[in-house]
Amino acid sequence: MTPAATTFHLPHPAVRRHTTSEPPWVRRLLIGLALGFISLFLFLPLIFVFTQALAKGIGFYFHTITDPMAWSAIKLTLLAAAISVPLNCVFGVCAAWAIAKFDFPGKNILLTLIDLPFSVSPVIAGMIYVLVFGAQGWMGLWLNADNPSFPWLANWLNEHNFKIIFAVPGIVLATIFVTFPFVARELIPLMQAQGRSEEEAARVLGASGWQTFWRVTVPNIKWGLLYGVILCNARAMGEFGAVSVVSGKIRGETNTLPLHIEALYDEYNYAGAFAVASLLALLALVTLGLKTWIEHKNAALNETEKSA
Amino acid sequence: MKSFLKIMLASALAVSANAKEIKLLNISYDPTRELYTEYNAAFAKYWKGKTGDEVTINQSHGGSGKQAQAVINGLEADVVTLALAYDIDAVSKQAHLLPADWQNRLPNNSTPYTSTIVFLVRKGNPKGIKDWDDVVKADVKVVAPNPKTSGGARWAYLAAYAYALDKNNHADAAAREFIKQLYKNVPVLDTGARGSTVTFAKNGIGDVLLAWENEAHLALKEFGTNDFEIITPSLSILAEPPVALVDKNAKRHHTTEVATEYLKYLYSDEGQEIAAKNYYRPRTEAIAQKYANNFTDLKLVTLESQFGSWANAQKTHFADGGVFDQIYQK
Repeated sequence: MTPAATTFHLPHPAVRRHTTSEPPWVRRLLIGLALGFISLFLFLPLIFVFTQALAKGIGFYFHTITDPMAWSAIKLTLLAAAISVPLNCVFGVCAAWAIAKFDFPGKNILLTLIDLPFSVSPVIAGMIYVLVFGAQGWMGLWLNADNPSFPWLANWLNEHNFKIIFAVPGIVLATIFVTFPFVARELIPLMQAQGRSEEEAARVLGASGWQTFWRVTVPNIKWGLLYGVILCNARAMGEFGAVSVVSGKIRGETNTLPLHIEALYDEYNYAGAFAVASLLALLALVTLGLKTWIEHKNAALNETEKSA
Repeated sequence: MKSFLKIMLASALAVSANAKEIKLLNISYDPTRELYTEYNAAFAKYWKGKTGDEVTINQSHGGSGKQAQAVINGLEADVVTLALAYDIDAVSKQAHLLPADWQNRLPNNSTPYTSTIVFLVRKGNPKGIKDWDDVVKADVKVVAPNPKTSGGARWAYLAAYAYALDKNNHADAAAREFIKQLYKNVPVLDTGARGSTVTFAKNGIGDVLLAWENEAHLALKEFGTNDFEIITPSLSILAEPPVALVDKNAKRHHTTEVATEYLKYLYSDEGQEIAAKNYYRPRTEAIAQKYANNFTDLKLVTLESQFGSWANAQKTHFADGGVFDQIYQK
């Protein structure tokens, strides 16, 4: 956008009267309603979380979040996120790259599949893993069979007491499932809008596939990618439904942060529950901050590119 | 000096090599959180004194039926301490993790403590609830968990049903009508007992909570006697929440011995006292006498005398299309 165009768009008093012709009280009412709604449903609960968390004093707050059970929940949540986010990142980039830059049969089916976790209830996602990997599911029946196929593998798994459901692998799997679409969904529209011309130019100039990807595609999508990663991470840490089905809720072993909050709340330890909840709320705030920063950065980048 | 240190070090290593660290997983139902927090610490101390081994007991709590389902699906409990025998029967029948006659392996039907169903009402008892007849009055809002998922809810349902049978000369039709009236008054069915207590006490919904006796006392302790009081009905059910070793899991974890002892110690004086302190009715007479103040006398009927067996009660009342489904739909 050129500076001349910007001046042209500066609001002129006469123009402004025309664009919002409603009487002032209507405008104030609408603005008031919007603000009231935001305060009531967003700020108030957020403030409530922190006041409740500190209801029994700062000492109790730190005691709760440094409790071994809380620590184990924090560690498990971080572990689940640390595994699922990079995996979804790789998958998301691959999927978006394939969908945006190439034409192939079944593209729409792939798109639908990527969206599946958005449309399936997280509880169902948990249940399918129990059905597949549970003791009464395919895997359980196979491991307990008298004559299992691939006996060496079944024996090895049995000997090492390898568990998926009600253990860390199940929690990671459920987390991956529910966060599956975040990165891909963020990148596909971006990459489609960018088109293929830059990649085609790179290929014409003799770059290999990898070179094109690392030197042309990745720099173009890095902010969108980061944005997707942040959303994916927030969801990974906050996921309740799917994880609650596959966790078994063993305190200190398979409780994630959201499940630990539920357990504390069920034990009448409201201040404790809100103390741990405040950690998740803080995460949300950090996520929001990062998101705004990235959007800002991205906008600034676009601006400089266009004026260049 | 050097050799002395060596000996010290060697003996220290030997001790640590002998003292094992054992982990047990106890899958329990909803209101036993506080009971087992206290009992686990006591047992760990006892076991350490007896064998020198450190034992850590991990807990998971939830609606009894839900917990049994998790064990069936592979949650590797060494012991289950659930709300009712039927749920442990299910683990035995569906997953074959323990023998069908598990309930004969420990004294008192494998039930080291009992409980019953009482009413928790708001201070001053504004609706004047004295007995089951007052609970079914049209203007009373009742909070109870869902009998499909919660053990306590099934006991509460059966307690009301037993009362109606007793009152109507064992006429089934009248009892059904009574129970229908009761569940008409229930606006929220939580999945577990603890969820219902929170709904009633913290969220302020309903006039009366049908609760485990222990859960009602705990609510008084947590929320204070200024807000709530316990009403004991004239008749209720003798609720027997049993415990069992999950043989196959314990064998796989090499914990059969310690897990068995963990359950047996519930019958010891220390175990019984911890139960009584947490408002579970102890089996040992002397301890029951000592904590007589914790429990109100009332007529307690057994499940067997009213409904035959859990399998029977489950089939008639709680299975799909059973009495509960019929009365709750209408």
